[in-house]
Amino acid sequence: MVTRSSNRNIVSAIVLGVAIALLAACSGAGTPSDDGSVGAAGEPPPTDGATGETVAGADTITVLMVGNPQMEDIQGLTEEHFTAETGIDVRFTILPENELRDRVTQDVATQAGQYDVVTIGAFEAPIWADNGWLTDLSGYLAEDEEFDGDDLLQPMVTSLSGSDGNLYAAPFYGESSFLMYRIDLFEQAGLEMPERPTWDEVAEFAAELDGIEPGVAGICLRGLPGWGELFAPLTTVVNTFGGTWFTEDWEAQVDGPEFTEATQFYVDLVREYGQDGAAQSGFTECLNTFAQGRAAMWYDATSAAASVEDPNVSSVAGNVGYVYAPVKETESSGWLWAWAWAMPQTTQRAEAAWEFISWASGKDYERLVGEELGWARVPAGKRASTAEVPEYQEAAAAFYEITQNAIQEADPQGPGVQPRPTVGVQFVGIPEFADLGTRVSQEVSAAIAGQGTVEQALADGQRQAEAVAENYRD
Amino acid sequence: MTATTTARRGRIRPSARPPETAVRRRGRAWTVLAWIAAAVFFAPVAWMVLTSLHAEVDAATNPPSLFAPLTLDQYRLLFGRNITPFLVNSLMASVLSTLLVLGLAIPAAYALSIRPVERWRDVMFFFLSTKMLPVIAALLPIYLIVQRLNMLDNVWTLVVLYTAFNLPIALWMMRSFLREVPREILEAAQVDGAGLVTTLRSVVAPVALPGIVATGLICFIFSWNEFLFAVNLTATRAATSPVFLVGFITNEGLFLARLCAAATLVSLPVLIAGWATQDKLVRGLSLGAVE
Repeated sequence: MVTRSSNRNIVSAIVLGVAIALLAACSGAGTPSDDGSVGAAGEPPPTDGATGETVAGADTITVLMVGNPQMEDIQGLTEEHFTAETGIDVRFTILPENELRDRVTQDVATQAGQYDVVTIGAFEAPIWADNGWLTDLSGYLAEDEEFDGDDLLQPMVTSLSGSDGNLYAAPFYGESSFLMYRIDLFEQAGLEMPERPTWDEVAEFAAELDGIEPGVAGICLRGLPGWGELFAPLTTVVNTFGGTWFTEDWEAQVDGPEFTEATQFYVDLVREYGQDGAAQSGFTECLNTFAQGRAAMWYDATSAAASVEDPNVSSVAGNVGYVYAPVKETESSGWLWAWAWAMPQTTQRAEAAWEFISWASGKDYERLVGEELGWARVPAGKRASTAEVPEYQEAAAAFYEITQNAIQEADPQGPGVQPRPTVGVQFVGIPEFADLGTRVSQEVSAAIAGQGTVEQALADGQRQAEAVAENYRD
Repeated sequence: MTATTTARRGRIRPSARPPETAVRRRGRAWTVLAWIAAAVFFAPVAWMVLTSLHAEVDAATNPPSLFAPLTLDQYRLLFGRNITPFLVNSLMASVLSTLLVLGLAIPAAYALSIRPVERWRDVMFFFLSTKMLPVIAALLPIYLIVQRLNMLDNVWTLVVLYTAFNLPIALWMMRSFLREVPREILEAAQVDGAGLVTTLRSVVAPVALPGIVATGLICFIFSWNEFLFAVNLTATRAATSPVFLVGFITNEGLFLARLCAAATLVSLPVLIAGWATQDKLVRGLSLGAVE
């Protein structure tokens, strides 16, 4: 008898204990609405792990973004400079690009509405806009005088608009591509880099400069598989060689003579005079190679210049010249990319979300970054007015003009010699391109590594591209 | 494992006299092998810690610069990005789910080993069968259900899910540990007039404790490291540390050193938990392994 009653006592004690613990935990997590304003007042927001919708009040927005340096900067500046002024608390989630795409797709498709603002690239903007996933920003733009929409660079606006011509994402920073070269090595070899080089000239320079100093490659080019890695520079080469992925009426041209010639040229160039381990080099690896002085030239994003000129990161700072993207058949060949702020259709707090976007994409934010963090870190490349700021001119003296011009010259609607079916310079603006480009890039990357041939890679690519094109032919 | 084998060998040695040198040589060979294996497994971890103490530029060089100057910058940056909420969420999800799992698995395992219910094999198989579906296949339905329940971005969702994930493993582990409890001492306890509670507390618990600790630690580690559901079911409030980790991966700029610093920091709680329970753990895990 004794044991049984003590048994019951223990059981009831446990039940009571668990119930109390649960209650305590629930009420702790379920009433954080006051805490939200505490967070706004300057203290870090409390870690209320629980409850979904009720936590985020009208004055809290959630932002999903990629972890690029510019995004880290804004995360650091938001509380003191945005929340303090507007009373809008901002919660950030940072994910890598691919996870971010999945999350947004999922969120919009299931109407979950977990995010009020997301960063998207120039590739997604028109596609998602036409899918009806994003809020049309043109109305907000027109009403927000402080934002000064006319100041935005036209190619940026074009590439972030839907097929209805309305803006669906406000640019945060933009870039084109250009050729960086080592002034000292060119002098040493007695060579002179023209302001608008051709690819043939670049190949000659690479041959001359390869090995000019021990461990220095003639040129550094991306070889890492990925539509946004290898095929960013390679597609611009294809464009200027007269090739294209698709004709205007969706005929695949991947095994066409121009596409083949361009790819063969690129592969040969990087195999003969390129950096070590080229097949595994993406933007990051190339930045390392070039910044450590192990390549005489580098063709890549204009945004690389800020790092190349930063003495903390780069041993060649101050020693680098910048010229336009090399060409062959076309007048210019730089790419066009932007990271931009968009508002999913499912947002619950559109007004507050726009207030954030307007701040993040505005002139004053650029000035704020310049003054707080240094003018080299300004999220530039989206506004004409940026290049007129004297402090920015000074900080980016070596490259700001050419960057701005390269962006202005880029024509996302007609980057090659023939009309295109979609908007985009270094990519085709269809959702299938991410997969198509990545698969073809794997074979081209293998060719760079010496396994397989360009012909084979492009023959396979043609078949895959043809399958994609069929969906779009009427 | 290696610790117990060497220990056992050490005990055998004095009695086995004639081939002593051979045995000793073999013992030494095993020790060397164990050290090499340990070094191989530990090297990536050491590399991670070392990289986390380097500047971003030094972390990215090829060939690697081993002796670059050390700095704590990356850790400073981590706290600048406010890692704490993520750690708290992870801790909450892992600890609570582990407690729940143990609370459910121990009685269940008792009913399947010490006093087995009828058809206990079927029950065991049923529990195992829940692990046969690839987790990714369950993601979509679970996402939709959680969304309908309005429980997205909520740590309690993770607590429930992790409990469900780990329950079968815990049950299987606990069953094999409880089977180690010798029948005889249970009977002896009964003869001495001990009731169920006394038996559990004074006879079963001491024998099974290493097993419980090992099971708990494994459940804790699994929930701590879980990424797939964490990244899909949370957003800004309930995100756990693995989700925080991947946020450092970027296509623009260098991130290796920071990622290593974050990974080091996130591994610490597991390491500490392992350390704290080391003696129990070794006993527990080798018990299970023998079974």
